[in-house]
Amino acid sequence: MTPELLTWLIPLPPILAFAVIVLLTHRSNRLSHTLAVGAMFVSWGLAMTVFWAAITTPELGQRPFASSIDWLPSGVEALRIGILIDPLSAITLFFVAWTCLAIFVYSIGYHNYGKPRDPADRAGLPPHKGGIEPMYARFFAFISLFAFGMLTLVISDNLLLLFVGWEIMGLCSYLLIGFWYGKDSAKKAMVKAFITTRVGDVFMLLGIAYLYSATGTLNYREILFNEEVLHSLAEAPSGVLGMSAAGLIGLLLFLGTVGKSAQWPLHVWLPDAMEGPTPVSAMIHAATMVSAGVYFAVRFFPLLTAGWAEGEPLTVTMRVVAFIGAFTALFAATIALAQRDIKRVLAYSTISQLGYMVAAVGIGAYVAAAFHLVTHAFFKALLFLGSGSVIHGMEHGLAASSTNAAQAMPGQEGPAGVHKAHAHVDAQDMFNMGGLRRKMPRTFVTFVIGGFALAGFPLLTAGFWSKDEILADAFTNGHLAVFLTLAAAALLTAFYTMRQITLTFLGEPRTEAARHAHESTATMTVPLLVLAVFSVAAGWVGIPESWTGGRVPNWFHSFVGGTLLEHPPAAPFHWAPLLTSVGVSLGGLLLGWLVYRRVAAGAPDPARKPLGFVYTVLERKYGFDEFYDWAFVRPAYWFAETFSYLWIDRGVIDGILHAVARTALRLGSIFRNYFDKPVVNGLMGDGTASVVKWAGRQLRAVQTGRVQQYLIAGLIVTGILLSYVLVVRP
Amino acid sequence: MTFPILSIIAFTPITTGIVLLFLPGERKTLIRWVALAAATLALALSLVAYLGYDRAAAGYQFEQQVPWIPALGISYHVGVDGISLPLVLLTGIVIFTGVLISWGIDDRPREFFAFLFILATGVFGVFISLDFFQLFFFYEIAVFPMYLLIAIWGWQVTREYAAMKLTLYLFIGSMVALVGGLAMYFASGLGTFDLLELERAGFSPEFQRFWFPFVFFGFAVLGGIFPFHNWSPDGHVAAPTAVSMFHAGVLMKLGAFAALRVGIMLLPEGARLWSPLILGLATVNVVYGAFIAMVQTDFKYVIGFSSVSHMGLVMLGFATLNRDGLTGAGLQMFSHGVMTALFFAVVGMVYDRAHTREIPKLGGFVKAMPLVAVAFIIGGLVSMGMPGFSGFIAEFPIFLGLWQRQPVVALIAALGIVITAAYIMRVVGRVFFGTMPAEFEGHIGAIPWQDRIALVILAGILILVGIYPSVMAPLVGSGAEAVVRILGGA
Amino acid sequence: MEFLQSHLLSLILFSPAVGALLILVLPKEKTAWIRWAAFLISLIPFGLSLWLWAAYDPSQPGYQFVEQAAWYPTVRSSYHVGVDGISVSMVLLTTLLTPLSLLISWSIAENVRSYMVLFLLLETGMLGVFLALDLLLFFVFWEVGLVPMYFLINQWGSANRAYASFKFLIYTMAGSLGLLLAIQMIGVASGTFDLITITERWATLDGPLTLLGLPITLPIGTVKAVAFWAFVIAFAIKVPIWPFHTWLPDAHTEAPTAGSMILAGVLLKLGAYGFLRLVLPLYPEQAQIYAGVLGLLAVLAIIFGAFASWGQDDFKRLVAYSSVNHMGFVVLGIAAAAFARGSLSEGDAVFALNGAVLQMFNHGLSAAGMFLLVGVIYERTHTRSLKEWGGLFPLMPIYGGILIFTAMASLGLPGLNGFVSEFMVVRGAWPIFTLYTALSMIGLLITGAYILKGIKLVLHGPMNEKWAGHRLEISRREVIAIAPLMALMLLIGVWPSWIVGVINQTVMRLFG
Repeated sequence: MTPELLTWLIPLPPILAFAVIVLLTHRSNRLSHTLAVGAMFVSWGLAMTVFWAAITTPELGQRPFASSIDWLPSGVEALRIGILIDPLSAITLFFVAWTCLAIFVYSIGYHNYGKPRDPADRAGLPPHKGGIEPMYARFFAFISLFAFGMLTLVISDNLLLLFVGWEIMGLCSYLLIGFWYGKDSAKKAMVKAFITTRVGDVFMLLGIAYLYSATGTLNYREILFNEEVLHSLAEAPSGVLGMSAAGLIGLLLFLGTVGKSAQWPLHVWLPDAMEGPTPVSAMIHAATMVSAGVYFAVRFFPLLTAGWAEGEPLTVTMRVVAFIGAFTALFAATIALAQRDIKRVLAYSTISQLGYMVAAVGIGAYVAAAFHLVTHAFFKALLFLGSGSVIHGMEHGLAASSTNAAQAMPGQEGPAGVHKAHAHVDAQDMFNMGGLRRKMPRTFVTFVIGGFALAGFPLLTAGFWSKDEILADAFTNGHLAVFLTLAAAALLTAFYTMRQITLTFLGEPRTEAARHAHESTATMTVPLLVLAVFSVAAGWVGIPESWTGGRVPNWFHSFVGGTLLEHPPAAPFHWAPLLTSVGVSLGGLLLGWLVYRRVAAGAPDPARKPLGFVYTVLERKYGFDEFYDWAFVRPAYWFAETFSYLWIDRGVIDGILHAVARTALRLGSIFRNYFDKPVVNGLMGDGTASVVKWAGRQLRAVQTGRVQQYLIAGLIVTGILLSYVLVVRP
Repeated sequence: MTFPILSIIAFTPITTGIVLLFLPGERKTLIRWVALAAATLALALSLVAYLGYDRAAAGYQFEQQVPWIPALGISYHVGVDGISLPLVLLTGIVIFTGVLISWGIDDRPREFFAFLFILATGVFGVFISLDFFQLFFFYEIAVFPMYLLIAIWGWQVTREYAAMKLTLYLFIGSMVALVGGLAMYFASGLGTFDLLELERAGFSPEFQRFWFPFVFFGFAVLGGIFPFHNWSPDGHVAAPTAVSMFHAGVLMKLGAFAALRVGIMLLPEGARLWSPLILGLATVNVVYGAFIAMVQTDFKYVIGFSSVSHMGLVMLGFATLNRDGLTGAGLQMFSHGVMTALFFAVVGMVYDRAHTREIPKLGGFVKAMPLVAVAFIIGGLVSMGMPGFSGFIAEFPIFLGLWQRQPVVALIAALGIVITAAYIMRVVGRVFFGTMPAEFEGHIGAIPWQDRIALVILAGILILVGIYPSVMAPLVGSGAEAVVRILGGA
Repeated sequence: MEFLQSHLLSLILFSPAVGALLILVLPKEKTAWIRWAAFLISLIPFGLSLWLWAAYDPSQPGYQFVEQAAWYPTVRSSYHVGVDGISVSMVLLTTLLTPLSLLISWSIAENVRSYMVLFLLLETGMLGVFLALDLLLFFVFWEVGLVPMYFLINQWGSANRAYASFKFLIYTMAGSLGLLLAIQMIGVASGTFDLITITERWATLDGPLTLLGLPITLPIGTVKAVAFWAFVIAFAIKVPIWPFHTWLPDAHTEAPTAGSMILAGVLLKLGAYGFLRLVLPLYPEQAQIYAGVLGLLAVLAIIFGAFASWGQDDFKRLVAYSSVNHMGFVVLGIAAAAFARGSLSEGDAVFALNGAVLQMFNHGLSAAGMFLLVGVIYERTHTRSLKEWGGLFPLMPIYGGILIFTAMASLGLPGLNGFVSEFMVVRGAWPIFTLYTALSMIGLLITGAYILKGIKLVLHGPMNEKWAGHRLEISRREVIAIAPLMALMLLIGVWPSWIVGVINQTVMRLFG
């Protein structure tokens, strides 16, 4: 079994599971989840084998595992698709396999497997009173397809196959966000997510077309690992804003990332995507889809940075990327400050963290970006699953306390369509929680680990190392603006993370639900523990050599760096960024605890008063949804319904057609009534009735069949005419 | 001498007609059967002739010549070529179906059939004549019974007027033509009326140019050429079904055929000079007729004007003076003959049951009489030149000819096709589809077997020719070749 | 066997017509017999065309399975048929869709016999166009196809059928008038109607044209340009290209389900096929000159089609407009290819043209599928208005799954067929018509919008209680009818080379 063959096999089990579940076993929950988890486990096994083979192969960057086949013949050549395992895809494969597996297992417990089905539950609505999910099997089918999409994307060796996986995930996110399609909010959110990401995708498609026609291939190695191709692309003008072809292609492709990784200005879909079941949120927002966006950006680093060398000023494209990344990081972090929904906070933190990675790509910090991608995947998956566990506990609490739910404090409006008992208390509102550390200890511990990793708690957590590396890169390469923005964002991150932990777990329960909440089942907590381990340990593979005085080599840097043509230099050690990152994380955490440690039941957010108007703005997410609706959606729909259909088609074009038809008819009647009857008839026909009658009488005389007689008459006439004629014509 | 098949075809009807007159008038069934038998014979013989014609040899065949009035150089001379033979067959078909359709005639069927057969003889005679005088003689025999048939059995409201108008037109027209013919007779100095002789007479160009219009337009009146077309719609409307079938189906072809045989073939120079005018007038026929047909509310008037429009195409074909055009014209004469016969048969059946021809008053007849509807639709498709039906097969060569002769005309005339489609579909939609008015519900009886046979035959022929044109096209083509040769290969 | 081999095309072409005649003699009342007879008969050409597909050898140049026989010698036209890579795929599509449409026509209750007869005749008409190698024959089948379709709409259509069918017939006939005249002129100019001969003579014909007996002799360029536009307009109406498309929403909406399937699945392809088979070979120069205009119209079709579709509340009309949008890509590919002909970017041109042909096939599958599904829900709820449904997923889970699958194929989701062809067109057209291609992305975006709108308003959201308790689920027969389409959508999406390989060879020769 060569690694290549194994790699080909990696995505297959989930897709098979999907097919089998949909076509055959969807009636049996047990069979379905066994298939799905089993398949994922097999893929995980394959992935680990390949990963091991990869890290044990020296100079993998130079000699990656690759194999490909003809797929689409056109002209004399054919477009080839295949698989490629180089360092970058190897590590991506690693975290994808782990997180996916964790999420699969977690989902079993999350969907209350083993509980009886509550007769009141309806397909398309979340179960209440802890009954098993009515569409249990369907859920596992969908996430299997999702896993297939992600794995395909990771092992692909070319842009087209990547795009395939990319879009399949788009479909799955659509289906899973709208998993509870009975909810109006979910219905809206699923469409919003698909369309928003599609905005990016169409540009990406253009980029692919451009790249393909410019280079005649879509294979990573042939483009990205190929000096002259990159050079020629960097030289060729694109005719747009004086960018080079590489620049324009890079930008078009990057827009794909913007959509998928929910970077500003296409970030609006991701928070709404929380409508889906929590494992989905983890799936989409940590392990796979958004990471795919960044993975793609990192993968095309050589193209994005074509024509740029270490230490030189950034190219236009890189500036754009860096700006969007940094801006998003800060912007999303600010919004997260004022969210009450535990999952929304995480959603915005995700956007913000992705901003970090994008910014890192923008400033040329290749390895740092990849590093943060990995660590973030782990701790964000952990956080989402943890929040899921919390919500789960809360819902149990709600179910248990639904009797005295009446005096429970009224929270935010619950998701539309959910059962009455839920309408009073929103199980996701952090202000309804508190004191859960006693109720759900395992969840608490793991959540704290994840939270600290997110906040970049010094030395221990993985988040610290990766984030620090980005900051260091930004600082030492003199991108001060980026450095400061990211530092500020880091501060906020630490702050709202602590806010979240405090509101959720510390203090005293603020509602009956919180009081009755209890720890989740093992299928849910075990994955949390696994991910917690990685959230800490994943950082240790990338400790800068400068720290250990070169005694321990920076394995991650040397391994992943090998993906590039020439190995990127590690950022030199400097105190400033180190102190900053330590400072901001500790300071933020402390501040968060101080502000939120005592929030009474029903009390408003203590930050509301000091921030005042700003708080409202943040709460309203800067009003982007409203603005887009007003600026794009409504006009577009007006253009569709009124302009294109009613005015152009029905009005102008059909109007012309009908006019032509009417004209023809009118012409006909004119001919008949104003020419045929009066003129033709009048002249040739009736003339005067008398003529006719006279002729008639003559004819009756002749009408005896004695033809000869008549002929003689005829001859006489003829004779006269003839003689006349002969006289006339000499 | 060989078996005089043509003469037998020609005289079978008239003899039958005379026989019928001696039969007791009340024995209607007998009369009908006799008529049918005779018609069948005529059809069978013309079919034999059609199949017996040696296409390879082409030219005039089944010829037969006997002196008639030697003093005036008039002889009884018959024969058919590629153009006239299909028309003979056409006449056979129409007389046969005509008899079937007229089965229901209850008012003096004896006289009716007698006159109808006399008419038929006239028509046959014209198509087979190779002698001008004889041609003219049969021509008149064909024309006069029309008057009586319309005036006696026609539609009460307009029959007097229409019969008169028709006869008047045709009388004047034939007079003018006769004059032309006599002029040729005298000018040729051969002292013969024989057309083949006269073809070789070699008239001076001036003579030809001067006399062509007399002959051509004289006969073309019966072909319904603009602006002498108005007698025909009125005539159609007034005439009883079988007569309209004859009238539109065959009689109008008489005019066109005679105009070709006597006019163009004897006076090619004249034809060459006058063809632009004919082109012009015929184009008007096509477009103008179609436009008017579109706004008619009377079912029968629609068909009437459509005939005007389609005969225009025949004239166009003549006027191209080239092989394709003439072939097309020949085919169009046949195709249009069968088609209008079918149309008027259908109109008659609808009228007999609904007692109105006002299109707005009709509707939903497809339920009551599906076969009739299908037949009409087929006829409609033919008339709108839908490929797969004889109409297309006929019109296509005409347009080919026009392209070689005068593309602009082709462009204009093509307009007629769309208009035709429009009004045909309108009639189909209004009369046969849609909802049937309450007063008809349940009163629309099915059609008798005779009608069924008639419809099937007519429709079948239209499709056969349309799908496999080779059954007729090459034959007509050979006839056209001959004409072109006379014209010195235009 | 030998006979079969040598007359394969004629058998495929005429077996439906003959079958129609057979059905005509069946007793009117025995609707069950008639349905089955029609269905089984329609399987014959399908089976034969599968054989044809297998026996067709892509590597071998020129037309294959050619048959020639005297038909209308008087005008120098003959019965001449043959297939190349493009037509063979179209034949397969036609013969595949017809049985499926018949299967979906089980619900037709009145005049079953006439319905089935017309349908089979329609199949012959459509096949004829794809097989004809004689201009006149091409036109014959081109027009003949209209008649059965007219009556299918007019007789078995819904409320506004009279208007729709009349518009369809007259508009299309008026459009093909120019085609007819141009064909006549070409025939006269080159003395034959045989496509192969004409392509040699006419395309290379230069020097002013006098043999037409025109009053003034026109330069060949002008004549060709005029003839070119006559062709283009006829085909543009059929495709349909914006702004000649307004007959389509009406016809599709009013037609019975199977009618819409065939309309969208095959009839629209006739127009595009006309471009490939006649316009490109006969008018290379003109096509190159006016390719820009064509491309622009194509883009307008893509954009306006998408928007108009998005603006609909009538599900069937929404799907109908999606055809305008999708066929726009076909034309865009053709235009790009026409423009690039003989230039450096011929590789791109081949790409675009492959994409165009594949898109024809794909749209045939997905549009037919979508109309089938619309028909299914319409039959059960007797409404087409999206506003009256909503949240039906629990009532019709299987239907929902199929609908999402098919809709995604038509949306162009990678992994399904639509994406492959759209990608090829975009890829091929980008270097040739960069701006147009970029603009067409707007259409692609809105495609997502209208597809999702459709799914959303049918399946998702709170259930419309009006339908609670109704049995809406799709029936087994209907599933069987759409299953082959879905299978092909997936197959082409995953492994396109089995069909693209065939098309590609021919397309390359088109540029050879």
